Amino acid sequence: MFIFEGVQPGNLSPEHMQEHMGKWMAWIDKLRKANKYVAGEPLLPGGKLVSGPNGKSVTDGPYTEGKEVVGGFFIINAKDIDEAVELSKDCPDLGHGSKVQVRQVMKVEVGQPA
Amino acid sequence: MDQNKNINQLVDHLFRHESGKMIAVLSRLLGLQNIEVAQDIVQDTLLQAMSTWGYKAVPDNPAGWLYRVAKNKAIDFLRREKRFHKISPEYGYLLESEYTLSSTVNNLFLENEIQDSQLRMMFACCHPSIAEESQIALTLKTLCGLSVNEISKAFLTTDETIAKRIYRAKEKIKTEKIELQVPQSYELSSRVDTVLKSLYLLFNEGYKSSNSDKLIREDLCEEAMRLCFLVTQHSLTAFPRSKALLTLMCFQASRLDARLDDKNNIILLKYQDRSKWNRSLMSKGFELMEEAAEPFEVSTYHLEAAIASQHAAARSFEQTNWKNIYHLYEMLYQLQPNPVVAMNKAIASAYAINKQNALNELQQIKGLENHHLYYASIGEIYFDLENKPEAKKFYQKALDLTSSAYEQQLLKSKINNC
Repeated sequence: MFIFEGVQPGNLSPEHMQEHMGKWMAWIDKLRKANKYVAGEPLLPGGKLVSGPNGKSVTDGPYTEGKEVVGGFFIINAKDIDEAVELSKDCPDLGHGSKVQVRQVMKVEVGQPA
Repeated sequence: MDQNKNINQLVDHLFRHESGKMIAVLSRLLGLQNIEVAQDIVQDTLLQAMSTWGYKAVPDNPAGWLYRVAKNKAIDFLRREKRFHKISPEYGYLLESEYTLSSTVNNLFLENEIQDSQLRMMFACCHPSIAEESQIALTLKTLCGLSVNEISKAFLTTDETIAKRIYRAKEKIKTEKIELQVPQSYELSSRVDTVLKSLYLLFNEGYKSSNSDKLIREDLCEEAMRLCFLVTQHSLTAFPRSKALLTLMCFQASRLDARLDDKNNIILLKYQDRSKWNRSLMSKGFELMEEAAEPFEVSTYHLEAAIASQHAAARSFEQTNWKNIYHLYEMLYQLQPNPVVAMNKAIASAYAINKQNALNELQQIKGLENHHLYYASIGEIYFDLENKPEAKKFYQKALDLTSSAYEQQLLKSKINNC
């Protein structure tokens, strides 16, 4: 799984946004053609942070403006973490203050101990 | 959504153009005094598109998707702000009731209303109380969706300068209480002239040679044409002179590709490969010129367009009808007696009459002492009269005055030939 952490771009011009989106689509297209892409969703900014017993505390967050936010995730097919890391290096957000968290999804067979 | 739809199916500059449309529509809905709110809504909308289309696919109707999101954001804003009369002088009473709120917003996003809003925005950006340079900057920011940085690159200036121009324009909108209206009949004609002037300057800014990013300059020409086209499409503003300006732009733009060589050096009209001239823009130009002829009026745009058409009609530089061109410049000079027109008239006379006449006309011009093209033209005439020492002297004067790398290169090669 790729988890995208980044700073919400504030001052992009419309032209840049379109260009940037094009890069994302090209990247997903490439992953899809190589049968590496399974699914992905963008996340809306904002959200709530629930904590405490029975969810006593509900606050806006977990982030404040300008700080790093999780912008979305991909689930990809990779044979191991090394391949996943290689695949993540094409992410168009990299180099603009953003990071990709690469995590392995734990495969748990039902009925058997993990 | 169709998974196979990808970015390549998106129209070039879609975001930029839709941004201009949405800012115009939302400013009309919320009142021009809330233009910054409109800009924020549009920015949020585009960000949302950027982060979701990238993951999924481009919607079948991208513009419709953007409008829907922008509409919802605008409605949210209106529900939060209850002072409707202060918000929108035009629609306040319709926005107060939930009953009419959505339909009012929806109506404004219909195609003909979008065009109407853009036209109103053009009148607001080109309000006579706003300085010309600020008019152009504000037009590019609000109607063309260019960022401050993109504008400053095109104008070879700093972000700070452009930001200041836009700030001053917005201050005027506040202090003069400018709203998004089509001007009243008695002032319509002169207000259209201000808009046309601003579009003319915008086009020239993009057209004139300089060493800044070539692409972004051609964008300026394209934007000027797009807006001028809008002016010609509205029954209230489709004056013959509006069409004449668009004609002129078509002819000039048809030569854009032939004007620079592979190394970005300027190619003078005389040496341009005319097969590179854009035929479809040229025929559009001829077609529009007929439309601009009725009802009869003679504007400077008509005369400039007619001059450009003479070049477009000529198979080669030698076959150009210079007598017609000279005559048109004489008429233009009567309408607009300024030294730049006088210089162009003099140059035309070199071919229409003779070189000596051109030299005499050029030497009589006052007011171009700091204009490099003036000295370059005199140098050119001396060169043709085979007076190389004088030619060299004037080319050198021109070289000292120009800051454009292209033109410096051109002049240096001329000096070497002397």
